[in-house]
Amino acid sequence: MSAEKVCIQCTVGGPVRVYVKDGVITRMRPLRFDETDAPSWIIEARGRKFSPPRKTTLQSYEVPERQRVYENRIQYPLRRKHFDPSGDRRQELRGKDEYVRISWEEALDLVAGEIRRIRAEYGPAAITAMTSSHHNWGFLHYKMGPFGRFFNILGYSQCLDNPDSWEGWHWGATHAWGYWWRLGHCEQSELLQDALKHTDMIVFWSVDPNSTSHMYHGQENVIWRVWMKELGIEFVVIDPYCNCTAASMGDKWIAPRPGTDAALAEAIAYVWLQEGTFDKVFVENRTYGFAEWAKHIRGETDGVAKTPGWAAEICGVPAHTIAALAREWAAKKTMLAVGSIFGATGACREAYATEWCRLCVYLMAMQGLGRPGVNFWGGTAGAGPIDYRFRMFGYSDNGWDAFGAVGKKSYFPDGNPVTQKTYRLLLPEIVMNPPVSWIGEGFCGNSIEQQFRRFTCPEPGPNGAPIKMIYRHGGSFISTMTDTNRWVRMYQHPNLEFVVMQDCHWQSETKFGDVILPASTNFEHSDLSEWGAAGGYGFNDFTCNHRVVIYQQKCIEPLWESKPDYDIYRLLAARLDFEEAYTEGNDYEDWNRKVFEASDLPKYLTWEEFTRKGYFVVPPRPADEEPKVSFRWFYEGRPCDLDSENRTPPGSPVFGKEGLATPSGKIEFVSQTLKTFAPDDEERPPMARYIPSWEGHETKDLAEEYPLQLISPHPRFSYHTHNDNKSFWLDDIPQHRVRKDGYAWWPLRIHPSDAEPRGIRSGDIVKVFNDRGIVLCAAIVTERVRPGTVHSYESAARYDPLVPGQPGSPDRGGCVNLLSPSRMVSRNVPGEANNSCLVEIAKWEA
Amino acid sequence: MTRYGMVIDVSKCIGCYNCFLACRDEFAGNEYPGYSAAQPLRGMNWIKVIEVERGRFPKVKVNHVPVTCMHCEDAACLRLDQSGAVYRRSDGIVMIDPEKAKGNKALLNLCPYRVIEWNEERELPQKCTFCAHLLDQGEPEPRCVESCPASALTFGDLDDPESKVSMLLATGQVVPMHPEYDLKDKVTYLNLPKKFVAGTVIYGDVGEVAAGIDVLLSGDGKELSAKTNGFGDFEFEGLAENVQYTVKIEASGYQPVTLTAKTSRDVYLGEIVLTK
Repeated sequence: MSAEKVCIQCTVGGPVRVYVKDGVITRMRPLRFDETDAPSWIIEARGRKFSPPRKTTLQSYEVPERQRVYENRIQYPLRRKHFDPSGDRRQELRGKDEYVRISWEEALDLVAGEIRRIRAEYGPAAITAMTSSHHNWGFLHYKMGPFGRFFNILGYSQCLDNPDSWEGWHWGATHAWGYWWRLGHCEQSELLQDALKHTDMIVFWSVDPNSTSHMYHGQENVIWRVWMKELGIEFVVIDPYCNCTAASMGDKWIAPRPGTDAALAEAIAYVWLQEGTFDKVFVENRTYGFAEWAKHIRGETDGVAKTPGWAAEICGVPAHTIAALAREWAAKKTMLAVGSIFGATGACREAYATEWCRLCVYLMAMQGLGRPGVNFWGGTAGAGPIDYRFRMFGYSDNGWDAFGAVGKKSYFPDGNPVTQKTYRLLLPEIVMNPPVSWIGEGFCGNSIEQQFRRFTCPEPGPNGAPIKMIYRHGGSFISTMTDTNRWVRMYQHPNLEFVVMQDCHWQSETKFGDVILPASTNFEHSDLSEWGAAGGYGFNDFTCNHRVVIYQQKCIEPLWESKPDYDIYRLLAARLDFEEAYTEGNDYEDWNRKVFEASDLPKYLTWEEFTRKGYFVVPPRPADEEPKVSFRWFYEGRPCDLDSENRTPPGSPVFGKEGLATPSGKIEFVSQTLKTFAPDDEERPPMARYIPSWEGHETKDLAEEYPLQLISPHPRFSYHTHNDNKSFWLDDIPQHRVRKDGYAWWPLRIHPSDAEPRGIRSGDIVKVFNDRGIVLCAAIVTERVRPGTVHSYESAARYDPLVPGQPGSPDRGGCVNLLSPSRMVSRNVPGEANNSCLVEIAKWEA
Repeated sequence: MTRYGMVIDVSKCIGCYNCFLACRDEFAGNEYPGYSAAQPLRGMNWIKVIEVERGRFPKVKVNHVPVTCMHCEDAACLRLDQSGAVYRRSDGIVMIDPEKAKGNKALLNLCPYRVIEWNEERELPQKCTFCAHLLDQGEPEPRCVESCPASALTFGDLDDPESKVSMLLATGQVVPMHPEYDLKDKVTYLNLPKKFVAGTVIYGDVGEVAAGIDVLLSGDGKELSAKTNGFGDFEFEGLAENVQYTVKIEASGYQPVTLTAKTSRDVYLGEIVLTK
C-alpha cells in the first residue's frame, strides 16, 4: 500500500485538496489557508470588523466530486451498432441502438474520415459543433481551449449560444443602460462593502443566491448574508416559490404569478411617482425619457393608471402589499438583487422577459442608482477589497481559443473561415427544416447592433451548406433547452448523417451519438486557472473572498481508456493535417508554463514553487485605498474610475468617461437603440411595460386545458446536468431527488390547494404534461409555492423515457424542459422562455 | 484537558447539506484503523439534516436542523451497553470500537437520538466520531464544520473559556435538542425551531397595511408585545408548543381585535382587517 498523497485541484464549485491512495481518489476537501498564505481582507462597517474564514468553500454539488470522477463514466470509444458509414446509417435508431466497443484508432479514423467526407461533399459549413458550460474546470482545457482551437482551425458553422441564464438582461437591460460588453449585467465593484456599511434592505427579485447563485465560486457569499442578517439588514424576496433564500433568511416573501413581475414593477413606480418618493435630481440629470414614461405609468397615454390595484389583479399580490413594498423600498437604502452575477433568475427567462429587466433598471434609476447603499447587486460578486491589478487570465479572455492568449497564433476571432452560423435554440429546425432565419447573434458582447443582425441557415450563397454533422462536446441540452423532444426528433432525422459525442460521462444526449469518445476529467491531467474567474464578459467581477490561482495538479491517470480533450483533438488534428497549428509543438506543461509566465505570478513565486504548492493566494489591496463602488462615479457625475472596467484590450466603453454607453449617456426610459433598430416592435417597445405572456394565466383557452404554471429555475444540487446522475449521494438529499420503489425521482412542488383536488399526496408519482410532452416526477406538497403555480428545477441529468428513443414517451428522469415552449421570448428576442409554461398534473397510474 | 463540543446555530443553517456530504466523503469506503471502519458507499448518515417547513402561504419559513451524535457526558449508549464496545476518549469523544461492536445491532436502540446506524455490509453499529482521526493529526475541526459555508457549526474545546464554542455556551442561549433526556449533550443548539404566531394587519377603510401598530400576545403565563412592520406584519417567534395564546391588536380610531391561536403548529392568522 502506498502512502496517501494530496494534490491541489479546482472544481467548477471551488478549489480542493484531493487525497489519492494507490492511484484512487479517496477524499476531496476545501483549501485551508495558513500563515504563509496572504492575509484576508477586513471590512470595517457599523462598528464591526468583517473578515472571511481562512478557508475556501465548496458548492454542495462539488462536495461529492470524487464520486463524480468514477461514476457513470464513458469508458471506451464506442460505435453505434447499426451505424454503417459506408452503407445504411439507420439514423432512426439513435437513442435506442446498442453500442460496440472500438479502438481509439478506429474511432479517430472514423471521425476524421466523416469530417473529410462531409467537407468534400457539402462544404465545411455542413459541420456544426457545440459545448455545454463547465463540465470540467481549467483555463486551457475548458471548452474555450481544445474545442475552440480545433474547430476554429478546421472551419465549422459555429453554433451561437443564447444567453440562456439571463436572457432578459442581455436582450432588454442593454437598451436601458448599455453594458452589452457585460452581456447586459452591470459592474459589481466593491458592493459587499457598500452593503455592509450603508444598506437597510435588499430586494431579492426572482433570485435565490442561497441555492443557485454561486456559479463557479463555491458558497463564498453565504457568510456575507449571515453577516447582513446579524446587522439587521432586511431581506424581501419576490418569487412565486418561497425559494431557499426566502425560506431560510427572508423577512418577507412576496409571490406574484409567474410572468407578471413587470406589472408589479410598474405599480411600484406608480406609488413613487404619486408620493414623490424618488430621486428627482438623479432622474433629471442622469436619465432620458422619464417624463414620457411617467405619463404611461400614470395612465395618461392609455387610460390605465398602473396602480397597485391594477397590478394586484394581474400579479395576484394584494394591492396593500405592493404599496407597502414601494414605500419600504423608497424609505430605506435598498439594494436590488436580481441574479448571479445576474443570471439564473426565473423572470428573465420567460415571455417578454426584456420588459421586467428594463423596468428593474428604471426603478433603480428612480432611487438614485449608485447612492451609498443603493445599487444593483446580485449579492454574489464585488467581494473586496480585492487587488484587481494582479494579472491572471480568465478562461474566456481570448474567446474561442484560450491557447491563442499565449500562443504564437490566435484562431479567434479571425480563425474560422466559415461564416455560416447555427443557433442553439433553433438547431432542431435548422437540421430538420432548413432554411431557418433568426435575428440576433447570441452573445452580443461587441456591440448593440449584434442584437439586430439577421441570420439564415443555410447561409445564402455558395458558402452555405445544410447541417449534416453535429459534434457535441460535454453536457446535455435535453434538460436545459426548450421543448426538447425536438432534440430527440432532430437526432433521429435522416438529414443528420453523423453525430459525435465527446464527454466524460453518459449524459442524456450521449446515446444519440454514432461515435462516442471518452474524455477524462480535469483530475486526470494538469491545468491552471483562477478560482471563479471567467474573465471576458465577467472581467474582474470578483466573487471569491480570496483570489486563488491554482496549478491543477494531475491526481490520477486517465480512467479506463479516456483521454484529455486536448489529446483527442490533437489526434484528430493530426489526421486532418493541422496538428502543428493546433499544438505549436507544445504539450500541456508547455502551455501551462506560458500562462504562468504571462501572468503576474512570477512576481511572487517561481514555477517550481507554484507547481509544488499548487495554489497562490493573491494579497488583498491595501486597506487604506478608498473603495471604488459601482455606479458611484455615475451618481456623482464623475468619469468611470472602476478597476473592474479598466480592461485591456479591448477596453471598456465607459472607463475614464462620464456617462453610460447609451446614445444619451444616461439611463434611458425611452430606448434610443430600440427606436433606431426596431421602432415598430410592440413586443419590445422603446419604453418597457408589462405585456401579458403568450403562455400564462391570461391565455385563457390554454390555461383552461393546462391550468398550472410551471416554473423551472436552475437547480441547487447540480451545475447544469453535470452532477446529477453521477454524484449519487446527491440523491439522498430530499430536495434533489425523492427515492421511491428503487428509483430516484425528480421532485415537483405543488400547493395543497392544487394537490388535494387532484388526489395527490407528497411522495406520489405524478404525470406533468402538456401538448409538448410528459414528465414523471415525485410530488412534494408544500406551502412554499403559490397556488396555481408548480415548481420543479430544470437540469435533471437523466432522460429516461419509458420507451427508449421515442419522442414524447413519458420521461421518468425529470427533464421538465421537455415541457417548456420552443417559442422564444418575443418576435425579435431569440431567448429561451422556459418559465412561460402551462401544464396539467395527474397522479401517475402506471 | 481538552474536551470537545459543538454548537449548531439553526438560524444560520441554509440547508446546503455540505456537512452531510463532507461526512460521506470522509467515511464512505475509507478505513481509519483504530477509529472507524469504512462506511458503505451509500446509505449511512452520521450527520443528517432535518428540514422543518413552518407556516402557510404566504407566511412560510424553513429551518434546517443538522443532527449527529451528541457525544453526551452521560451517554446512554455507553451507560447501557454491556459489551464494552462503546468507550469515551480522554477528550470526551464517544467512540464505538469496530472490532468489539461487530454484530451488536442492539446498540442502535440504546440512543434516544437514534444516531447510531447499522452498517449492513460490515454488520457494525456506527456513528459520528467527531473525525477523531483528523483531530489527532492536529486538525482543528471535523469535516462537517470545515465544510459549512455559513459558520453555523462551531467546534472547539469546552474547557477553554476563550474558545468560540465556550463563548457561545456562555451566552446562556444554548440548549440540548432534548433537555428531557438529561444526557449532558456536548452537541447543543442555538435557535432550535419552536412555534410562531404571526399575522398581517390591514386598515379596512383605506385598504392599506397598518404599520407600527401594537400587538399583544398572552398565554403560557406571559405577555409579549410587538409592533407591526412596514408590511403590516407581526411575528412572535420562539413560542412554546400546544399553548392557547390570545392576540390583541389595538390601533387608535379602530375597533380593537382579539384573536386566539393555538400553537399545535405555527400559526399565520392571515390578514386581520381593522374597522372603525
